[in-house]
Amino acid sequence: MSTRQFGSRVQRNIDPRLLRGEGAFTDDIPLPGALHAAFVRSPFARARILSIDTAAARAMPGVVAVYTCDDIGHLDQALPLLIPHPSMRDARTQRPLARDDVHYVGQAVAMVVAADRYVAEDAALAIDVDYDQLAVELDLERAVAPGAPAVHTTHPDNVAADFTQVSGDPETAMAAAQHVTRIRVQVDRSTAAPMECRTVAARFDAASGELVVWDGTQAPIGVRGGLASIFGLDEHKVRVIAPDVGGGFGQKVMFPYPDELLVPFAAIEIGRPVKYIEDRRENFIGSNQERTQIHWIELHATKNGEVLALKDEFLHDTGAFIPYGIAVAQVASTSIAGPYRIPNIEVRFRAVYTPTVPVTPYRGCGRPQSCFAIERAMDKLADELGIDRREIRRRNLIADDEFPWAREGLLFADGLRVSLDSGQYHKALDLVCDRIGWDGFAAEQAAARAEGRDLGIGLAFYVEGTGLGPYEGGHVRIHPITGKVYVNTGLTAQGQGHDTVFAQIVADQLGVPVTDVILVQGDTAAYDWGVATFASRAAVVSGNAIHKTAALVRDKTVRAAANMLEVQEADVELRDGHAWVAGTDRKVPLAAIATASNPLRYAFNEAAQAATQFAPASRHDGPALQDDQHPGLEAAAYFSPECATWAYGVHAAVIEVDRATLQVKIHRYVCVHDCGNMINPTLVEGQVMGGLAQGIGGALYERIEYDAEGNPTNANFVDFLIPYATEIPDVEIAHLETPSPLNPLGVKGVGEAGCIAVGPTIAAAVEDALRHRGGGRFDAVPITPSAILENLGTA
Amino acid sequence: MKPALFEYHRAASVAQAVDLLAEDPGAMILAGGQSLVAAMNFRLAAPSRLIDITRIPDLDRIAVTAEGVAVGAAVRHRTLERHDGAHAVNPLIRAAQAHVAHVPIRNRGTVVGSLCHADAAAEMPLVLLLCDGWVELEGPGGNRRIPAEQFFRMHLTTARASDELATRAVFPALPPDAGWAFAEFARRKGDYAIAAVGAIVQCDAGGRITRARLAACGISSKPVRLGRAEAALAGGTADATAAAEAGRAAATHVDAADDSIATAAYRRHLVAALTERVVAEAAARARRGTE
Repeated sequence: MSTRQFGSRVQRNIDPRLLRGEGAFTDDIPLPGALHAAFVRSPFARARILSIDTAAARAMPGVVAVYTCDDIGHLDQALPLLIPHPSMRDARTQRPLARDDVHYVGQAVAMVVAADRYVAEDAALAIDVDYDQLAVELDLERAVAPGAPAVHTTHPDNVAADFTQVSGDPETAMAAAQHVTRIRVQVDRSTAAPMECRTVAARFDAASGELVVWDGTQAPIGVRGGLASIFGLDEHKVRVIAPDVGGGFGQKVMFPYPDELLVPFAAIEIGRPVKYIEDRRENFIGSNQERTQIHWIELHATKNGEVLALKDEFLHDTGAFIPYGIAVAQVASTSIAGPYRIPNIEVRFRAVYTPTVPVTPYRGCGRPQSCFAIERAMDKLADELGIDRREIRRRNLIADDEFPWAREGLLFADGLRVSLDSGQYHKALDLVCDRIGWDGFAAEQAAARAEGRDLGIGLAFYVEGTGLGPYEGGHVRIHPITGKVYVNTGLTAQGQGHDTVFAQIVADQLGVPVTDVILVQGDTAAYDWGVATFASRAAVVSGNAIHKTAALVRDKTVRAAANMLEVQEADVELRDGHAWVAGTDRKVPLAAIATASNPLRYAFNEAAQAATQFAPASRHDGPALQDDQHPGLEAAAYFSPECATWAYGVHAAVIEVDRATLQVKIHRYVCVHDCGNMINPTLVEGQVMGGLAQGIGGALYERIEYDAEGNPTNANFVDFLIPYATEIPDVEIAHLETPSPLNPLGVKGVGEAGCIAVGPTIAAAVEDALRHRGGGRFDAVPITPSAILENLGTA
Repeated sequence: MKPALFEYHRAASVAQAVDLLAEDPGAMILAGGQSLVAAMNFRLAAPSRLIDITRIPDLDRIAVTAEGVAVGAAVRHRTLERHDGAHAVNPLIRAAQAHVAHVPIRNRGTVVGSLCHADAAAEMPLVLLLCDGWVELEGPGGNRRIPAEQFFRMHLTTARASDELATRAVFPALPPDAGWAFAEFARRKGDYAIAAVGAIVQCDAGGRITRARLAACGISSKPVRLGRAEAALAGGTADATAAAEAGRAAATHVDAADDSIATAAYRRHLVAALTERVVAEAAARARRGTE
């Protein structure tokens, strides 16, 4: 047999092309005669539009069209509420172009279409919008207090959703507790900042009635559904292609953004292709963000530190609109108990409208916030009870033989139950402590202090529900000419390397080189059953669908090969692109088997002769294909998970706070993680490291800042501090592999894992480093040098 | 992020550049373009005309003379940074250059362009001020030189008249017996400084400070001399106590407000710590020089 590809460090199929600059992103798609769009965006967080004067812009040479809400016909309506949920009342979504009111700085008010982007921007500046500015409240706590200015008149309390979930019997458990720990923690607003901003290009062919849209989206099938229904077109006439996409991190799973409707609309109306390439400032003020939550969490415990009940109440900033429903808050609320038994939980959140860019998932999706809350609370409980931070966790972790651990009463973001399916939590904790040097650290810390250096250690555990439904599919076909294997799925990639890991899965089934498996994704004309790329689900859901499909194709191939080689199926081996008679050198290429499996009239090449009507192997006593037979070697199958599968991990860090600069220097960082069986450890590590880098951004650097009027003050890469490679330390990654019992491959998702636990790990370490100097608790991120100074009370 | 319409002219001589500048009040000089082009793309700047001076003969020269290091207006940061002759007479230049953005930006950006851009947190204006250097300008009325003390007016504003071309800047040589040091902190490597401090210290044979010159950037609307810290050091012994006292005095020069990167309180803490560090380092170098 060939070497098993599943689990191997196979190099990424996609890299040579991308590294040579041969990628084809939306802006690289040749669209002769294309026009370019630019937007007029609100400069106010909250205002009434009194008038819009577009006359000067329309008169400018090169301007083809200017659209306000009055010029877009049936598009002038609230955009879809993508994920309805009963906790929301009269959920607000925005219109493609603002009518009457604007609700955040950056909201689209008008669109210009011109000969090029230069002219389009000139014209956008020439559009005169008269606003009546209204009062705003940016602070979440004040926004829900009586008398705060309302983002929407329909919601005078600014509460978009109010939702409580209960597991077990928290009231009884709380009454029995001997100790209560309470803290307030806060995580601030950040943004995904993909390297490629969002993009849309559209071409409408009036003769065929076909609308083709290139969209840097994570969800082309969803975008097509939205376009078809809003434009009243048959889905067959709308083709959405997500070409190469330079990072998504959730920001591009949201749809439709206004431009995703307006650009196709203009292409249809004008009759020429139209392109919109979002610029960086627009990405900061026009594309969705995530993170701000304030939690008030209580742990009700015994004196031994066993947590009997958890009560959490949090405010979730949903921005000016709530198009993605309560998904982010719901993930946070259902992940709140982390890896701990905690059998009794009461968690309530209120999603709050604020006059800011709307909030939808960004890598982590509520998990970094809930992880920060529970892990900081566990540290505080440990401190209050005088128990080591490692030990308090050990006393509460779910044991290996206690899985599956169900949290009855909680529903996850997929509407299915929360049940942690498998893990080795204790082993992970021991491993991380061993690698970071937990036991010897006190001596190291004391020695450093003697030299005037402040070292600290922290650790944090996380769990991550991954691989959400509803389903994905796969289609696999062995190509009769080249023998290459084409795999279609409904997902898209934004750099993850799906083409490699899915190829590994298929290569194992069909015995072909990984490089001979070609993945086609992100094109609704190629495959249009499925959902999208989000929630660390590709490997779990599409991976298993493709695995099932490849197994079906393998069965067909073996059957056909046995027939051609005149042996029993059990004697056929698939390897090196051939079917072999086991133990002999007799073989037939897969291409020939695929050709022979397709009854032919015409012999277009030598191999095809074997499949024509007068060939020796062809039937002469009945139809070439039986009733239940399909031509060729292909199949399609689907995988629909029964519930999320829960990956987990634990981070630990040793840091130093520089006394002069108050800079947090990460000396050692260890990440132990478990995403079930790994298809490709190299790609897993890439995902973990990328997530970690974004986690470090959230822990130490990134915060969208607003002035009192709601204007973002650091909406650029100079002032919004995304860490550079120079700020990311070396990280030691250790793998555990506990298979998921919920899918045939035993895999769990890994896409979001890295970012989740960084905040509480760093906060705990900084707190540990500075306590001896009178430092207080660090219950908010990012932890900036200014925040450290303030914490030390020497400001 | 596309600039508004503009003319582009490539000047062949200083005289032609000055003429082109005089013709159009909306004209701006283009050298390395590392700040200007970004500002144009954001439409924070919309010059009607760009006058590219990078092809003017001799403007890309560095001359090390008795008066110091003369840097032509087209000299790239990276060229000056790697210039051993300049380093030999004024090592502060290389020390500061290491903090100017990143190598790809230093490969294109110019030293004089940075001086004329006059970002309040930029390193090279601080070095020019610290070294008591000057900028030479050419205008319709002839040429003149403006000392650094007068050149930097406020953030992004200099004493250069809009019809003048800065042709070169001169960074004087450090006294041979002087100790020097430069320290900066930014949240990310290569960013503009939250604060940076430079020091030139001379000591007598007994280790007593005979002359101390200190300047900082990032803490005010322009690079500033840390006069109160200099006064604290003058005539004293260059020990740890003196350095700490200089740090405390330096902090009183901070008048930048809280911004999205740092609070004013943090800037005071930081400038004190950096001052303490550079004073100690410069004094140590000075003592080595007198040994």
